[in-house]
Amino acid sequence: MKQKRILIVCRRPPYGESFAREALDVAMASAAFDQEIALLFLDAGVTLLAKNQQPETIGDKSLEKQFAALPLYDVNELYVDVGALQQYRLSQTDLSLPAQPLTTGEITQLLERSDIVLNF
Amino acid sequence: MTSFALMVLGAPVSTQAPQTALAFARAAVQGGHRILRVFFFHDGVHCGNQMPVPPAGQQPIAEQWAAFAQQHNIDLVVCVASALKRGVLDAGEAKRYDKPAATLHPAFALSGLGQWIDACVNAERLLSFGS
Repeated sequence: MKQKRILIVCRRPPYGESFAREALDVAMASAAFDQEIALLFLDAGVTLLAKNQQPETIGDKSLEKQFAALPLYDVNELYVDVGALQQYRLSQTDLSLPAQPLTTGEITQLLERSDIVLNF
Repeated sequence: MTSFALMVLGAPVSTQAPQTALAFARAAVQGGHRILRVFFFHDGVHCGNQMPVPPAGQQPIAEQWAAFAQQHNIDLVVCVASALKRGVLDAGEAKRYDKPAATLHPAFALSGLGQWIDACVNAERLLSFGS
């Protein structure tokens, strides 16, 4: 299979809807098919990175461990929008994954470097 | 000519996404472009359900996609993981899980995300509907 550079943009919250779970499935499947993967967390998607998620209280299963397992699938390029982190009052120490903070200008460059952009 | 891969994420009836995707696909083919594959994911898998009964005068969305795909020889793939959770099963899956009916329209095929990745790497453009 040809290799392309795929950017998966996560902009939805981890719970209350299932887009984040779908994004995770696409990321793992892309990695399994030897594609070059990067993930970008934007908008409410930054809350996916927050530590100590407790979805059991609403009868859901945690995505925190599954996202944390991404490096095991050779998905190591993780980026997060600085503005969205501020908006959600999150600092680097609140995050369960080492995502690199990017400014709007750097996000533009990231999008330009990607062959495929998938939004979830 | 451009080759496209389409992803449908939005549910029929409650969202316009599948209808918009179909309108785009028709226009693309009419314009001389090629649709490599349509991948139904998330709530979009309901498009492959052959059971809905629309109000009089409306054609079910599964029938509309089926007619279009047959006419232009286009691959309609429904994500198996998304589909099973939502009760969209072909005869094989219905038997395997001991369910009383196969709900998948025969013009659609159940398969995995690998089919989407394959379409992604081979198409020049991707479009997703309903996200």
